[in-house]
Amino acid sequence: MAESKQPDTQAPAEKEPKKEQGFMRVFLQELTSQSLLIPILAIFTGLVLGAIIIILTSEEVYAGFGKSFGAGLSASWNAVRTAYNALFTSAIGSPSRMIAALQGDDALEIRRTFNPILESLVASTPYIFAGLAVALGFRSGLFNIGVEGQLFIGAIFSAYVGYRFAGLPAFIHLPFALLAGMLGGALWGFIPGWLKAKTGGHEVINTIMMNYIAFRLSEWLLMGPMKRPDSFNPVSPTIADSAKLPSFFEPPIRFHAGFFLALFVAWLVYWFLFKTKWGFELRTVGANRHAARYAGMNITVVTVAAMSLSGALAGLAGANEVLGVNYNLALAFSAGYGFDAIALALLGKSHPLGVVLAALLFGTLRSGALGMQLTAGIPIDIISVLQAFILAFIAAPAIIRTIYRLRKPGTKEEDSLVLSGWGEG
Amino acid sequence: MAPVLELKNITKQFPGVLANDNISLTLEEGEIHALLGENGAGKTTLMNILYGLYQPTRGEIFVRGKKVEIHSPSDAIAAGIGMVHQHFMLIPVFTVTENVMLGAEETRGGGILDRAAAAQKIREISEKYGLAVQPEAYVKNLPVGVQQRVEIIKLLYRQADILIFDEPTAVLTPQEADELVKIMRSLVQQGKSIIFITHKLREVLEVANRITVIRRGRVVGATTPAEADQKKLAEMMVGRQVDLLLEKKTPKVGDPVLKVKDLVVLDHRDHILVDGISFQVHAGEVLGIAGVQGNGQTELVEAITGLNHPVKGTITLLGHNITHATPRQITKLGVGHVPEDRQRDGLVLSFPIHDNIVLNTYFKPPYSKGVVMQAERILAEAEELVKAFDIRTPSAKNSAGSLSGGNQQKVIVAREFSRPTKLLVASQPTRGLDVGSIEYIHARILQKRDEGCAVLLVSPELDEILQLSDRIAVMYRGKIIAIVDAAKTTKEELGLLMAGIAPKTEGKEVSHG
Repeated sequence: MAESKQPDTQAPAEKEPKKEQGFMRVFLQELTSQSLLIPILAIFTGLVLGAIIIILTSEEVYAGFGKSFGAGLSASWNAVRTAYNALFTSAIGSPSRMIAALQGDDALEIRRTFNPILESLVASTPYIFAGLAVALGFRSGLFNIGVEGQLFIGAIFSAYVGYRFAGLPAFIHLPFALLAGMLGGALWGFIPGWLKAKTGGHEVINTIMMNYIAFRLSEWLLMGPMKRPDSFNPVSPTIADSAKLPSFFEPPIRFHAGFFLALFVAWLVYWFLFKTKWGFELRTVGANRHAARYAGMNITVVTVAAMSLSGALAGLAGANEVLGVNYNLALAFSAGYGFDAIALALLGKSHPLGVVLAALLFGTLRSGALGMQLTAGIPIDIISVLQAFILAFIAAPAIIRTIYRLRKPGTKEEDSLVLSGWGEG
Repeated sequence: MAPVLELKNITKQFPGVLANDNISLTLEEGEIHALLGENGAGKTTLMNILYGLYQPTRGEIFVRGKKVEIHSPSDAIAAGIGMVHQHFMLIPVFTVTENVMLGAEETRGGGILDRAAAAQKIREISEKYGLAVQPEAYVKNLPVGVQQRVEIIKLLYRQADILIFDEPTAVLTPQEADELVKIMRSLVQQGKSIIFITHKLREVLEVANRITVIRRGRVVGATTPAEADQKKLAEMMVGRQVDLLLEKKTPKVGDPVLKVKDLVVLDHRDHILVDGISFQVHAGEVLGIAGVQGNGQTELVEAITGLNHPVKGTITLLGHNITHATPRQITKLGVGHVPEDRQRDGLVLSFPIHDNIVLNTYFKPPYSKGVVMQAERILAEAEELVKAFDIRTPSAKNSAGSLSGGNQQKVIVAREFSRPTKLLVASQPTRGLDVGSIEYIHARILQKRDEGCAVLLVSPELDEILQLSDRIAVMYRGKIIAIVDAAKTTKEELGLLMAGIAPKTEGKEVSHG
């Protein structure tokens, strides 16, 4: 996968050639054994439970058990196999067809067989941006539930720049539109951040309220000022070609540069959080506010900056959808990316690489679910249920530990003492 | 007759750590058996096994000759074993009675609480063992010493006859500690048996019948107070020669570094906690601030280090007015600060040691160039300090939270002592630490003083204050009631001052220059 190349891109001219702090390495250190094991087991357990639900909701299974126990079992097996097979081939593609297509010369067939996986990457891209937004908030001790609203504002800003400033050369127009999206999101993050720092107003409440304002604002804009003049639908004008994120294939394939931008931004967030003194301040405030104050950090500034940056990343998610996929702003352009992103950041342990991986999982499941519904007749909602299972297990790792008889981490004396209830000291 | 409690060959293996290695221990009826050892020696693990919080890897537990399996604290209580934790497990807004009956409620008529019956029982217990408490009082209104009595009553109420005291004097004033010793004696006279976990040598010699010393998970010796003295015990604990009394050179007192004048500090509810304090600290001297905890010392330190701002008065550091300066500005002027609560303020436990080493210097060269932190430089520096300050860890990359309390404190000391400072503010620098670490930190503080640094030492431990200070200021209810010469004062005098009894003769105050 593309992100495995990341360590090379960030090997700057350091005096020592030691790659101690490499991207992958640090990540693996941080996610040692258990913290990596638990997400994997959670996904596995989620799939198993999903299978049970597929069985329980399948007519054929009941019919099979009506005949005989054996027939019921085989019908269950069939139902699960068809469903997950369909999920896999519509999310990734069919490996045998891919090989056959590569051996042949038919360019169209090659594109067609690789389209599912590219489509999954397209679906993953907004998840990456939005997941990074939430993760950055978590790292600084802030719970940004407002990613969805910030994403809307980002989309509004970049859509406006996209159609209003037509005529600019692409190398100015596209960055301008992306920056506008970031600015919009940052503004929407700044307000609750500032309220938190100055008045103590809790960011959870305020970001939820900001979401409502963003949703209604976008509706009003699409009914009025930003409405496409020749349309009856609440949709904005199409953006100029110069503001579009470049795509690499002919139209039915939507794969575009936004995916690579997302990977780059993920690396940038990693670099910012773990390599710069600003990131250090942000993580210190997130990990221990008192120690941050003791160390002379300015908690007000860090809080406001973190919320603004988180908002900017969310804004990029919106900009990506407008400039890379839809080419306009419509009412329900977001499939709840901002809310799924919260779960996703948890799954990825608020680490940029973890977020990228979790986003790929979510995007793949989402894009596979559609195919599963078409070919296997399994309702698309089963994917939501499956995701919910996975997240419940992530949020309550004790369940996974019990099922798989894992040892609790940190059995060192000091750690367990805290667990055994020594109070808050 | 079989002993009340017998631990046979208890071994507890944690991944990578052998916390208890074949420990055997007997407790006879009516004795106080002291379990002595440094932090991390394995005392607490052993007691947690006894209390059912851990399962031993190997070994057996016998109560009155009968083998028992203890899987949870309720098993322990059923076997008559009770534990007084260092941090109390009380609900502040409940009364004494309610706290005591919690989990063992006295009821009548099928589920209605019978507070009166419980209170009666508490009165009986309190009379029998000399544990004076008011059953109707709310726990939040009680002093710490009395809260501890409530914890003890909780155990007696559940008919425990093997009592484990885990570092019980750590939170008490000297007077309260004396009171506790009396209570412990009275308990054993009435047939209870006590395991007393501590690292305070004086108390062990005063109260224990037998002493078992643990080091690195093993029993390294057993003795009695008659055969041992403080020096011998300390050496058994640490495994080497220990200087209990540090050699103190005569101070080379220089110019005043810190001047505090008429300082008034309020808390967030506008209560006056520091009430018009004035003093000076000179280069090359240690000014000790003695006093029972909660008499304004914390707030005084917060004001000096910029964490809280005074409403009145001025603080001057080397001619700079720092009354309203930020912690960053004060750090930059050359102030080192060992905070009172190391886990809350002094460290980010989830961060590796090397990040904690640069916690307040990360922003300037050589640790940062521009905005980029120099990870390799920081790590190299941290590894050096880990060696220089004898921080016991496999590497500076381990998290601060994985260290024992003493080593956590050493990380802070390494950070604050290794950079050039003009003033060092050390707030309870050895709280909860073992003999080896205390000795080490004390030596470092004196070294700082001899290098010409001004040291402000705040501690409720009289021994520590007397040992390190050149002058001692005693705080009581937000005021300094006297500043005395450390060489000429006595513990008794300080004890009276700490209780708020002002000196009779005038001219007690001493100051340099």
